[in-house]
Amino acid sequence: MKQIKIDPITRLEGHGKIDIFLNDDGEVANTYFQIPELRGFEQFCVGRPVEEMPRITTRICGVCPEAHHMAAAKACDAVFHVEIPSAAKKLRALLYNVFFAGDHTTHFYALGGPDFIVGPDAPAAERNILGVVKKVGLEIGGKVIEMRKRTQQVIKTLGGKQTHQITSMPGGVSKGVSIEEAKEIEKHCEWFVEFGKFTIQAFNDIVLKNQVYVDLILSDTFSNKTYYMGLVDENNKVNFYDGKVRVVDPDGKEFVKYSPNEYLENIAEHVEPWTYLKFPFLKKVGWKGFVDGRESGIYRATPLSRLNAADGMPTPLAQAEYEKMYSTLGGKPVHATLATHWARIIELLSGAEMALDLIRDPEISATHIRNIPTEIPTEGVGIVEAPRGTLTHHYTTDERGILTKVNLIVGTTNNYAPITMSINKAARGLIKAGVEVTEGTLNKIEMAFRAYDPCFGCATHYMPGKMPIEVRIFDSSNNLIDLVTRNP
Amino acid sequence: MPKPKLALYWAASCGGCEIAVLDLHEKILDVANAFDIVFWPVALDFKYHDVRAMKDKSIDICLFNGAIVNSENEEMAHLMRNKSKLVVAFGACAHEGGIPGLANLTTKDEILKWVFKDSPSTVSNNGTYPQTHTRMPEGEIEIPEILETVKALNQVIDVDYYIPGCPPQPDQIWGVIEYILSGKPMPARGATLGAGDKTCCEECPRERKEKKLKQFFRPYEIISDPNECFLDQGIICIGPASRSGCGALCPKANIPCRGCYGAPPNCPDQGAKMVSAISSVIDAHEAEEIEKIIDQIVDPLGTFYRFSVPQSILRRVEKI
Repeated sequence: MKQIKIDPITRLEGHGKIDIFLNDDGEVANTYFQIPELRGFEQFCVGRPVEEMPRITTRICGVCPEAHHMAAAKACDAVFHVEIPSAAKKLRALLYNVFFAGDHTTHFYALGGPDFIVGPDAPAAERNILGVVKKVGLEIGGKVIEMRKRTQQVIKTLGGKQTHQITSMPGGVSKGVSIEEAKEIEKHCEWFVEFGKFTIQAFNDIVLKNQVYVDLILSDTFSNKTYYMGLVDENNKVNFYDGKVRVVDPDGKEFVKYSPNEYLENIAEHVEPWTYLKFPFLKKVGWKGFVDGRESGIYRATPLSRLNAADGMPTPLAQAEYEKMYSTLGGKPVHATLATHWARIIELLSGAEMALDLIRDPEISATHIRNIPTEIPTEGVGIVEAPRGTLTHHYTTDERGILTKVNLIVGTTNNYAPITMSINKAARGLIKAGVEVTEGTLNKIEMAFRAYDPCFGCATHYMPGKMPIEVRIFDSSNNLIDLVTRNP
Repeated sequence: MPKPKLALYWAASCGGCEIAVLDLHEKILDVANAFDIVFWPVALDFKYHDVRAMKDKSIDICLFNGAIVNSENEEMAHLMRNKSKLVVAFGACAHEGGIPGLANLTTKDEILKWVFKDSPSTVSNNGTYPQTHTRMPEGEIEIPEILETVKALNQVIDVDYYIPGCPPQPDQIWGVIEYILSGKPMPARGATLGAGDKTCCEECPRERKEKKLKQFFRPYEIISDPNECFLDQGIICIGPASRSGCGALCPKANIPCRGCYGAPPNCPDQGAKMVSAISSVIDAHEAEEIEKIIDQIVDPLGTFYRFSVPQSILRRVEKI
């Protein structure tokens, strides 16, 4: 038995590690994707006042603190049985849609996009944001930095801090926007929509006009037939901030649509002894191991999953692109993991359009932005879509609002089992007996999980953008016999 | 002259410190030009063995963020110390333990029990918890061991400087970088960089009258006056026990401070400082009345020490 280690691939509450075992024939026997860190938020938040959760749980992830901030605030509203003012809801949704547009930009240009824009087999030294700039043109690098800067600026205005936001609290928000601030934000949002359109165009020109890429997207190596999850509004359109969780089966038919407080009837988590992260699955289908299909409770919660689970996008430009994606890829649902990149930029555009609609709503600068809770706090669930998957916060308190139980099902965690399966399938498809494991092979295995934009993925590929990867091949006596590394 | 060698590393952190560096926006390119960045998992090739192969003290500056919660964090802290001339504890977690340090208010056993057995969505796998070494049919795989106590960086290795904040504000980070690049002599070892030397209150625009209080409120319970000091209105704000440096971002967003920049200068314990600030505003003399008023402050431990339990005189609670 040979063992290949991809260690560490970094971050999701720490780092990640992939072990690939080969049998004596040199074929893949099995793969293990391990998460080696646990900080224990669910337990150490017990005893804290519930209203502090929107500012404690942001520290679960500094890349997407907005998601935890909002899920926590919504769970607090539910705990106190308080309805928030309409303007507060719009302010939270505005921040949230701007965040989605910015976060998806980072992933598309710096993390996932380079594989397509520069090419999956291009030299590693070029397969990064700088390579993207070289291929698409110099002004794009500046645009991407400007997009980040502008979204962070709007988030700071609305959320109080650009990282680890503070303004959402039980009953609403602590701070509104003045008419002057709203005018400023409107200009940014107009810019975001233009940036979204530009990004869609770039994807069309570079990826869709290249049959090799389209074939790669649709290849079986990068496909898994699973259930799909996403938050939808009352018209079953994608909604990032609010709504019900809709799950469709591998044929695209609605399997269940549940309210936040029904999550425990629908979701359970499986424990394995070799990793600190749990594997969520659909309770009514059951855990059947790392297999896909209708009989397995494994579901995915990604941009593509949200599009699969919904009937459409809430905004016109994104809706047009949504229709185009499904007609190009052969109808709903799409199982091709790599199509997640396409879905992601459709969401980017939708987030930008939605933010522009919200900032143009005259109510956005209203001053009634908070209701004081009057009922005794008990228990509540808050759900939002994090960019990396449906995020659930569930709190139980005593009558003073001191936390007695906290249960969290975090964005990327939803996709832990599917990522594991995607890695396994890609490794089996790409590592063949007697064929040298090259850097290009590793990149393609890596592409299988990078499509999910897992939180540890944000950590890699950033500026100079070299996915740090090292494969060590051991013989059955655990002697190192080969070393393949990604060259800087 | 060769460029100074810079390393950035994260232990148990959320990634927010890295985002704060990226929030330098276009200036990040200046950093990349001025330094030879030899190790930065977020940006560069990530190989432990490359660092191990470096000569001792060959890295000029290491910015280390994140708390120490497991055996791997601990090993990496020692490795970075050996290889670096200067180690900077970067951000609240490395500085004082940060939010992950709240785990010292519970125990590792309680955490494992909840996460892998008792939580309502968890289907217990015959009561199995994750193991550091697991023998699978194909071979053995391993994960690091979780420590019993979360530690700040200087509880594991010697630290030369501190940059506080959760996260450190980008303008402050840039200030430190400009200072280093200016070639001016570095401050005395142990100094705090990228922060002020007063309290958060000094940066806060709210009017302070040092009122005497008979009642405390939780932030959601009242609509407070946005121009008046939170503490004067009976809302717990850690400003008086917090170092300046952020520009009072939270109070400016109508939210009380929670002390992420750590204790002010010459104050060994942030929570103790907060207790003294509170006692000076309570309007009561009888023990019973004082107790009644103090009882309105929920979770003083988790609030006054929100970011600093491991570094505090308390350090951790014993068995609960």
